[in-house]
Amino acid sequence: MNWRRTLESICLPVGAILAGLVLFGIFCSLVGANPFGVFGSIWKAAFGSWSTFQNTLIRAAPLMLSSLCTALPARLGLVIIGNEGALVVGGLAAVSMGLAIGTSLPPVGVQALMAIAGMVAGGIWIGAAGALRHYRAVNETISSLLLNYIAIALLNHLVGGPMRDPNSLNKPSTAPLDAVNMLTNMPGTRVHWGLLFGLIACVLAYFLIQRTTFGFAARTAGGNIRAARIAGLPVGKLTIIVCALAGACAGLAGMVEVAAVQGAANESLNVGYGYGGILVAFAARHNPLGAVLVSLLVGGILASGGILQRSHNLPDATVLVFEGLVFLVVLYSDSLYGKLPFFKEKPVDASPPAVTPKSPSPV
Amino acid sequence: MSSKKYLNLSRRQVIRGLLATTAFGATAKFGTGCTPSAQTTAGAGGASPAAGGDEPMTVGFIYVGPKDDYGYNQAHAEGAKAIADKFSWIKLVEEASVPETTAVAESMRSMIDIDGAKVLFPTSFGYFDPHILKMAAEYPDVQFFHCAGLYKEGVHPKNIGSYFGYIDEAQYVAGVTAALTSKTAKLGFVGAKPIPQVLRNINSFTLGARSVKPEATTQVIFTGDWALPLKEAEAVNSMADQGIEVVTCHVDSPKVVMETAEKRNMFCTGYHANQVALAPKGYLTGAEWDWTSVYTRLMEDIKAGKSVQSGGIPHILRGGLKDGFCKMSAYGAAVPAEAKQAADAAKAKFMDGSMVIYKGGLKDNQGKEVIPTGGDLKQQDIKLEEMNYLVEGVIGS
Amino acid sequence: MTAPAAPEVLGWWGVPLAILAGMMRGGTPFLFVSLGECITEKSGKINLGLEGTLLTGAMSAYAISYLTGSPWLGVLAAGVSGVGLGLIHGWLSQQPRVNDVAVGIAMIIFGSGIAFFLGKPFIQPSAPPLPTIHLGDWSSIPAVQAALAISPLFVLGVAIAPLLKWFFQSTRWGLFIRAVGDSPDAAKAMGISIFNVRMLSVVAGSFLAGIGGASLSLYYPGVWTERISSGQGLMAVALVIFAKWNPMQCLWASLLFGGAQALGPALQSVGIKEGYYLFNAAPYILTLLIMILTCSPKRTLTGVPGALGTDN
Repeated sequence: MNWRRTLESICLPVGAILAGLVLFGIFCSLVGANPFGVFGSIWKAAFGSWSTFQNTLIRAAPLMLSSLCTALPARLGLVIIGNEGALVVGGLAAVSMGLAIGTSLPPVGVQALMAIAGMVAGGIWIGAAGALRHYRAVNETISSLLLNYIAIALLNHLVGGPMRDPNSLNKPSTAPLDAVNMLTNMPGTRVHWGLLFGLIACVLAYFLIQRTTFGFAARTAGGNIRAARIAGLPVGKLTIIVCALAGACAGLAGMVEVAAVQGAANESLNVGYGYGGILVAFAARHNPLGAVLVSLLVGGILASGGILQRSHNLPDATVLVFEGLVFLVVLYSDSLYGKLPFFKEKPVDASPPAVTPKSPSPV
Repeated sequence: MSSKKYLNLSRRQVIRGLLATTAFGATAKFGTGCTPSAQTTAGAGGASPAAGGDEPMTVGFIYVGPKDDYGYNQAHAEGAKAIADKFSWIKLVEEASVPETTAVAESMRSMIDIDGAKVLFPTSFGYFDPHILKMAAEYPDVQFFHCAGLYKEGVHPKNIGSYFGYIDEAQYVAGVTAALTSKTAKLGFVGAKPIPQVLRNINSFTLGARSVKPEATTQVIFTGDWALPLKEAEAVNSMADQGIEVVTCHVDSPKVVMETAEKRNMFCTGYHANQVALAPKGYLTGAEWDWTSVYTRLMEDIKAGKSVQSGGIPHILRGGLKDGFCKMSAYGAAVPAEAKQAADAAKAKFMDGSMVIYKGGLKDNQGKEVIPTGGDLKQQDIKLEEMNYLVEGVIGS
Repeated sequence: MTAPAAPEVLGWWGVPLAILAGMMRGGTPFLFVSLGECITEKSGKINLGLEGTLLTGAMSAYAISYLTGSPWLGVLAAGVSGVGLGLIHGWLSQQPRVNDVAVGIAMIIFGSGIAFFLGKPFIQPSAPPLPTIHLGDWSSIPAVQAALAISPLFVLGVAIAPLLKWFFQSTRWGLFIRAVGDSPDAAKAMGISIFNVRMLSVVAGSFLAGIGGASLSLYYPGVWTERISSGQGLMAVALVIFAKWNPMQCLWASLLFGGAQALGPALQSVGIKEGYYLFNAAPYILTLLIMILTCSPKRTLTGVPGALGTDN
């Protein structure tokens, strides 16, 4: 890897985000807002001070865990979009566990068991999609999408009926967790421990995939299943384990959402962290460490949604247009690797196939 | 090589930081400097709520859905706009489509810290626990007014006020109108979820109908969520097929219900706002919010130096037709004189305070007595806000 | 309006009638979106963004119908807005290393953002709806008349399904699409431009999905609100698999899914009250079960485009 390649991998994403901002700026001026004023506000609301940056961190926290649900299976060549469903069942399982134990254990023990319950439930949920893929050749993208809807229906059914706390009145919820069992904020901040969970999970996932034999096996199987089989790799086991780990991450996100934010399971579990996580994973090119940074970016975009309404009289949908534009450009930027002449290595010091392929070819 | 991404993103932040400070620095004043500095200092210094003079005051409104949904959120947004138009000293800041997660806590915080808001109206029920409770504890100088929540003395922070209207009074009158206009007194109600607010509207509508036609029934269909236009239309259609004559609803946006009823030649009574334009032939009357009057009075009190912390404004603020929290739509062309008379009589009883909807000896639709004989429940009774039954005459869950 | 005609009580007969009517009313958007997705997937690409297309179509149709007074111009506008979004998706998802699923999800966000942003002024007004064809005038029962008041778009969709089947089976262009979807390498050897064929397929699919949106806002339920589609665009992706990429089966599956939406309310209206959330999830559970039962690692699913879900 020489300096041109390094420069390329720095400039392309940065350029993409800037291009997204320019497009959004054009959109803003078309609808009559001053784009520079808007940029100033976005900056101020998302990264301007420690207080507003915490807003960004709070919104980024669930996205990190949720994005791993797509990023890990992607290394096996699987496209899983069941993040929302795994998050929901994880939250449900964590609440059930927390309510079942109550205060008979010290809070740390309860929290650990809740986390395990959430991870197991999420793991089973996505693991099932992996198993169906391997044993029944059911397309994992579609099955995980369907599992989202089933999980949400299950949540609504349980929260509206069998698990409903009669005291939750106008917002049907499960019974609340005991206050002592709630996850607190990290000292000196208003950011809950879920952010740290997310960071740790992303780092662990990075090492698992990049630095262990297991990760190597997974990447090999993802590159070429037939070759992996010939090499004697247990492809089925790998598929199920990776999918289960992925689901466990999203399930943990669900646990954090109930144990640090809501205090009970209700329809607020299903607010789009799952779909946000999918985009984060793709924009980070399925790199867990990249996912941390992209989560921060998306957290910043979401954090700025309010100020666009309050200071610029733009409607609530503006933030969707902003997010959509940035993601489209970032996704596009992936295709530019190796295409821009400036970043091309000189043929002498590069490996032979430096010619740009004319048509899309498998990577 | 993709692992290098973390490098460039932090780099991106550096670049954006430079850009923001240089290029946007000059314009930032133009773009975001709308916050009068006086308020920010007041917010930081923890001074008492602004009183007297024409000192501007920032008031924040937060909605769970879009501001223009022809329903719940729009009713609040219209009230917000009305006070901002009326009082030149109010600076209104609004956020719509804020989910009931950490997002709403952060929105409240930004309104207080960045915009200097002293009074907040987070309007969705689900904002209350835990988000408003947390923020109110953290900002004891800011007054939080929450729609429909239950304030518990001694448990919840003192700077929270809870307001809600007994709109079921208007539903009762609508029930009277509906029963007397229809031939068979078969009524229908499309509800979102079986929660106390919805159940109370269904029950009052039914009791109103049965007060004039004891054989009246209300068929209930729950769609399962606050905004499912397709299911709402299906619900009205299946009611039409079952011979139901008048339909009303409690969903976020009643537009679909009203228009579908009109298409099926049914009568309808509105909810949240006046929907006569959607069903000119079949619209009988409707239960409308009147947040403008509520918000006007609250802001006048605050301007006069009263606050919810000091007890000048009650923690639980409730009212019905009499207190101007809600009102009736004008009668539609199809309402016969006899029905108007009976409805006006019921309304008059609400206005003079003599009406009791929930009388002792009331039975639910399973035949169980839910209010003991002789134990009339007045509208203000908090027990009614925990309603979990459907009264006799309601068909459905 | 005088008082309603003496109401005929249908009782339990109301359930099959509601399902029948629901099939034709609620099935129409499914039909268009699934036929659109079918064309797209036949060429080897998935377009999850049809949810955004459906919303943009619904908004454009309503807005244009309101502004011009002509619902048919609205339908056209919905199709054109679909073409616009389709061009973005078709071009972007074919760039090297760009995944079509990811682009689809970004397009859901972008498309719904555009639709909500531009649609704000059109939530309040009432736009002229599409006319309906009254097939039920022979009956004196208003319920039957209402159930058989069908949309011309439904008729159009029903006509497109067999046409599309014929198109795939018997025309040169249909063959191109299938070739590109099944084995791009072979198609390339035949001298077909993979890029152009896929682009046209995605755009045509988006055009149909946009019209599906018009059916939502101008026929049933006939309003423009931000919650109008509630996930039907995404569900159509599952529906195409349920239908095994066969346009005629897309028709039956759309009718089934549309009817299933009417099931919950109809059952409640005759007194079945438990578990409406689970009824609402029935189509998803059914699709998953069918996938589990019909897929097998030993043979490929009949009709599945070979290149679907690969980077090819």
